[in-house]
Amino acid sequence: MIETVASVELPVEEHLLIQKNRIEPEIKTGKEKRIAIVTGTHGDELEGQYVCCELNRRLAGNPSCLKGIVDIYPALNPLGMDSITRGIPMFDLDMNRIFPGSDKGPMSETVAAKIMEELAGADLCIDIHASNIFLMEIPQVRISEGTAERLVPLARLLNVDFVWVHASATVLESTLAHSLNTAGVPTLVVEMGVGMRITEAYGNQLTDGIFRLMKELGIWEGETAPVKEPVVSEDHHVEFLNAEAAGIFVPSAAHGEWVRKGQHLGDILSPLTGEILQRVQAGVDGLLFTRREYPIVYNGSLLARILEVKKG
Amino acid sequence: MREETLFSMKVPYREEIRIKGFVFGKGEKSACIVGAIRGNEYQQLYVCSQLVQALQALEEKGALASNKEILVVPCVNSHSMNIGKRFWPVDNTDINRMFPGNSQGETTQRIAAGIFEKIQNYSYGIQLASFYLPGDFIPHVRMMETGYQSASLANLFGLPYVVLRKPRPIDTTTLNYNWQIWNTNAFSLYTAETDELDQESAGQAVAAILRFLTRMGIIRYHSHSGYIAEIISEDELAVVRTDAGGIYRRKCRPGDEVHYGDILAEIVHPLDGHVIVQAAAPTDGIIFFAHKKPLVTEHEVIYKIIRRLHK
Repeated sequence: MIETVASVELPVEEHLLIQKNRIEPEIKTGKEKRIAIVTGTHGDELEGQYVCCELNRRLAGNPSCLKGIVDIYPALNPLGMDSITRGIPMFDLDMNRIFPGSDKGPMSETVAAKIMEELAGADLCIDIHASNIFLMEIPQVRISEGTAERLVPLARLLNVDFVWVHASATVLESTLAHSLNTAGVPTLVVEMGVGMRITEAYGNQLTDGIFRLMKELGIWEGETAPVKEPVVSEDHHVEFLNAEAAGIFVPSAAHGEWVRKGQHLGDILSPLTGEILQRVQAGVDGLLFTRREYPIVYNGSLLARILEVKKG
Repeated sequence: MREETLFSMKVPYREEIRIKGFVFGKGEKSACIVGAIRGNEYQQLYVCSQLVQALQALEEKGALASNKEILVVPCVNSHSMNIGKRFWPVDNTDINRMFPGNSQGETTQRIAAGIFEKIQNYSYGIQLASFYLPGDFIPHVRMMETGYQSASLANLFGLPYVVLRKPRPIDTTTLNYNWQIWNTNAFSLYTAETDELDQESAGQAVAAILRFLTRMGIIRYHSHSGYIAEIISEDELAVVRTDAGGIYRRKCRPGDEVHYGDILAEIVHPLDGHVIVQAAAPTDGIIFFAHKKPLVTEHEVIYKIIRRLHK
């Protein structure tokens, strides 16, 4: 059933509408668990759109296997999605920096508060992101170290390649995931693929994982595909490779591959002279889990991230 | 006056970025004034440029105190300003959300780190700041309540209002917050405008900074004493929001005194022109902030009022 979660009147003959599709079991007991799939917080991240479609398709195909409630929110930032705008159009605001919001604040914060109210009480929330237009990511769950104990066991079931437990940062306390975890709703943040594109294989992989997690929660009783054992970063070091020159980055290593220390990962070239301005090499052995896709780089642009780990 | 390049960076297709500073006097790092960090902060750029003029004239007259150094950085973000962008042109990040920066990090983190290295360790830091909501303010000094703030020092600018704001997580990466954490007394100075020039409030801002520098013994300058500021907590401002979207017809300006029930604005239907709803004052007081753009959405903040204050 399609429901409107938040509605705000825009200036001229339109409303900002945040909608969800609630899918419920054929026979309800009143004790069903609830999972929320949210995405579209950043208007340039589309990977979650395919996952929403695929979830809807698979659930519609086997309605008798559904024993809990699945809420699908494809677009928390519908104006951004509609205009290829990462933030909230008109306000130049990153929507994932205004949670938990406030019903006394500006419009954007009112909407954030409404979303929080809506998601409160869910048994699990999966917040799907797609990196940005600059970087390609393998399917991964990112967890702040303060919530690792509770969330890592859940993340292991989500069929991702990598679970990155990172240090807490005060500025991230205004994200949806932090606010929900603080409010008692376990929330897993997924990053995968690249902005403005859909990587179908990643979408299918994550959807398999969501069904596995739903099975764990008793929401789904149908068949599920076996899930991967992810690499968990807790005890590993992540190497960040940033550009030290401005030009065009041409990668030479495949995204998601295991690389060796000293391996050539790509070059930064000058289009004006053809000169190699920087030869980029891996500083450690490990998994190349982030790779730059957008070619133009400045000093400091992130080129790659490698999870330092020896291949089994 | 010495002109210095505080930070430079090569970029792929344009001239090298050079962030310039103007140094007055020599010795103890006394005061640093920073102008435009966002590309639409034209008023902030203008105020700093006029401050450079004023300080240059004072230096030539021998009116700088000995062993005191002042640094003015009028523009941190010419790269965005020159092409009409508010934030960093490539990834839309906000340099004022990157402090204290990271010299090994992303581009705007490197810029923040490079500039912060040069502007820290001053006794006083003054940022000409802008707000994320579109509108006009009464000129005021704003401080974060980090535990290190001193509202009595903010009073020495002689502006009519000092506003204290409790920092939220997103504020912890601003220049003001990091200045305070790194032992600089930090003040954000808000004039009436951001992306338009307002000569009157720009003049008021320059005068306020010169008054502050005089009172701190950094320059010798005889100026009007200004106001004894009303100190306000941001949380205590009465907020007026719209009950409908439409064309916004503003009835009051910042600084106006209003009474409970006064009509502050009308929201007009965008197609047939009828008044959909009126926004009334929820309290007696003085208008502190007023929304400016011609259109509003529902639930938009259009006024903030200092409660129960009279002129």
